[in-house]
Amino acid sequence: MAEAKVLEKKEPTFAFGKNERKLLTDPLDDNNPITIQVLGICSALAVTTLIFPSIIMAVAVVFVCAFSSLFTSILRNHIPKQVRMIVQLVIVAFLVTVVELSLKALNYPVYKQLAVFIGLIITNCIVMGRLEAFASSNKPWRAFLDGVGNGLGYGIILIIVAFIRELFGKGTLLAGTPIEAKLIGPTAEYFINTTESTYFGWYANNNLMVLPAAAMFIIGVLIWIQRSRNPKLVDIS
Amino acid sequence: MELFNVFIKAAFVENMILSYFLGMCSFLAVSKSVKTAIGLGLAVIFVLGITMPINWLINVFLLSENGMFGMDLTFLRFILFIAVIASMVQLVEMIIEKSSPALYNSLGIFLPLITVNCAILGGSLFMVSREYNFGESVAFGLGGGFGWFLAIVALAAIREKIQYSNVPPALRGLGMAFIITGLMGVAFMSLLGIDPSTLTK
Repeated sequence: MAEAKVLEKKEPTFAFGKNERKLLTDPLDDNNPITIQVLGICSALAVTTLIFPSIIMAVAVVFVCAFSSLFTSILRNHIPKQVRMIVQLVIVAFLVTVVELSLKALNYPVYKQLAVFIGLIITNCIVMGRLEAFASSNKPWRAFLDGVGNGLGYGIILIIVAFIRELFGKGTLLAGTPIEAKLIGPTAEYFINTTESTYFGWYANNNLMVLPAAAMFIIGVLIWIQRSRNPKLVDIS
Repeated sequence: MELFNVFIKAAFVENMILSYFLGMCSFLAVSKSVKTAIGLGLAVIFVLGITMPINWLINVFLLSENGMFGMDLTFLRFILFIAVIASMVQLVEMIIEKSSPALYNSLGIFLPLITVNCAILGGSLFMVSREYNFGESVAFGLGGGFGWFLAIVALAAIREKIQYSNVPPALRGLGMAFIITGLMGVAFMSLLGIDPSTLTK
């Protein structure tokens, strides 16, 4: 802790050196919020049945995470320890309301589809977790970068899981957008029509993928892959 | 008997973790040992059991059209509910810090994170959407907390046992916890069809 403070004093306010780059890239792999820190699992289970809501959700979380870290960090010396959670939650709730209202104004159909999930960002542990663990003891610029990095790390996992679940659960990709691709399914609309195809007649969409339990299995396997690649991450316990 | 039904339903049939998958983060991270799991589970029962009736009172007497202000203030629901929850968690944190520093250290960041445990806010929102009365909301809060407690203790016990099994090194710990929870969830789906009102007849 004392070391970090000495380092901070030497650097200019908006430096973007090796340490700052590390703040952005670490959460993408080695310190990923979902697979390593275990934060924000609930929404990762709820949203990831389709890719498109996951992308919107990821963008919204990056925004909320970055700016709530910034504001908390600016206010960090003025908040008494006993009421810090309430103050942090008010900041987060305010930002989530901003996201919700701007989405409502910009794209109403998407808002209708996503309103519940956007509200869920308030209770997304990533935001609160990073505020507690990082923003409340670091300078604003570093806290902001940490927020962006963690939001991106969350978004990457979300999109990977959604890709697998949508492809195997529904046979489509990016359903609900203009560039929707229907890949495999039982009607003529799909690219591979399983009722007529000679090679894919055996294929049926896996209904397990639509259930939240499938997201647990997929994230479990992602953790397996990540830790096999990098044995340093394995926890001995 | 009606209240008992609500309790059983909240604890087993509609278990927060295993059938709704709410409150996952702390569930997965704090389930390494049964002892810590019991501590966190009790904290969750306490917070759920207290916030649910308070939020019920707020919802009925402040926010509804027949309430104190005579207008529909339901758009304030999120902020008020979360403020009540946050203050309760802060209270629990201070109690645990004073009474059991060892437990306080082992829970670490996941103690303040009870605030954003989706199970707590989710419970309050379920209570609103299902139009429970005061007694039912207390029973629902205690039942939901009890179900959460049972689930985290069960997972912690399985994880303690599985340490002696030959799991691939990279899957040890967290990865295995994810897969066990998924399997527990699939198994729990079979309870979804039970109508608790027939149990007490």
